[in-house]
Amino acid sequence: MSLSYISEILPSLLGGVKITLSLFFWTLLGSLPLGILVSIGLISKIKPLKWVLDLYVWLMRGTPLLLQLIFVFYGLPLIGIVFQRYEAALFAFILNYGAYFAEIFRGGFQSIDEGQYEGARVLRLSYGQTLRKIVIPQVVKIVIPSIGNEVINLIKDSSLVYVIGLGDLLRAGNVATSRDVTLVPLLLVGVIYLILIGIATYVLHKVEQRYSYYK
Amino acid sequence: MLEIKNLKKKFGSRQILNGVNLTVEDGQILAIVGPSGAGKTTLLRCITGLEEADSGEFLIDGQPFDPRGTAASDAVMGVVFQDYNLFPHLTVLENITLAPQMVLKEGQKSADKRGEDLLGQLGLANKGGLYPYQLSGGQKQRVAIARALAMNPKILCYDEPTSALDPHLRDEVANLLLKLKGQGMTQLVVTHDMEFAEKIADKLLKVTALDQQQQAKAGE
Repeated sequence: MSLSYISEILPSLLGGVKITLSLFFWTLLGSLPLGILVSIGLISKIKPLKWVLDLYVWLMRGTPLLLQLIFVFYGLPLIGIVFQRYEAALFAFILNYGAYFAEIFRGGFQSIDEGQYEGARVLRLSYGQTLRKIVIPQVVKIVIPSIGNEVINLIKDSSLVYVIGLGDLLRAGNVATSRDVTLVPLLLVGVIYLILIGIATYVLHKVEQRYSYYK
Repeated sequence: MLEIKNLKKKFGSRQILNGVNLTVEDGQILAIVGPSGAGKTTLLRCITGLEEADSGEFLIDGQPFDPRGTAASDAVMGVVFQDYNLFPHLTVLENITLAPQMVLKEGQKSADKRGEDLLGQLGLANKGGLYPYQLSGGQKQRVAIARALAMNPKILCYDEPTSALDPHLRDEVANLLLKLKGQGMTQLVVTHDMEFAEKIADKLLKVTALDQQQQAKAGE
């Protein structure tokens, strides 16, 4: 395992990291708000809305993400919806992670005591104000550990995009490994994943600490 | 003056309240007493709009109001819950000033000032920066009272104000209610504690469970 070999393949691996990270950030940015909105629909009393959202969550959690990626990229064009590779990946990831986040937030919403809503109600806060000022801040604290798990999963799940030909970190390692017949690139890939997840874990820990000001 | 006329409420086929009438004069304390299951809390929840009454008339100073309404003229009731329902993620002062700012559109400065004043009156000066979990039960109750008062209610309602506290704090609560009465606050107290009720109330309203009334009649 020579240093010169490592420095030779590192640029292509880091190119892969760029795709991995950009998928990671954009997926979070899209799926977290989507998850909150869907979860508010899931706890609403509007039955048809609930049925539609239940179906969505069931589809997304009931089939492999790999399959969803294939359907979005190769299947949707059959009905006239064409995505570029990267956009297809992002679309599938946001829909998939949005469903998982929705279920986590739903659990969070349901663990808020009815008394909090009643306390807000007799103070004449509107439902929107109650959600924004009373409920969601408390839900966020409750769901952070579960969201953290999904965030870490997402970093690794992003490697599934190889199936539609996107060059992420794992794919860059794979290419180098089969070309040079050595496991060194994949070993480096593992180390890079560990570093990324180490950073994510640290940040999540800090966020958890920020919310520990009350019990 | 608060007047309630012919208030009725059913849960399913079970009649809980069947034509309750009550009046609370300005500056007085009405205690609603009765055994658990008699419908005291349901009565309070109907008056404060947490439960929708099947029928009945609600009048404040002779004017009708809708306990579930959202108009400013409907906002006449302050509520102190049995377990207070403070907002755990907000400081004591924020608990008090949130609704005046969001609902009454008060500026932060004047809301803070009023909040500090209320805390001072209730013996909680310089507790404004603490979080509810850092307070004792009695202190939490006083924060709940301050939070309700900050909305300038015409009537302050309490659901079982003594049940979540140590027995020796009972007299303290009684004194607090009488002190508020001295300041002219009209109050409505639901309690199963007869001794406490007699100590504070100008008038008692005894509620008995309807099934028991019917049983009593059948036994006559």
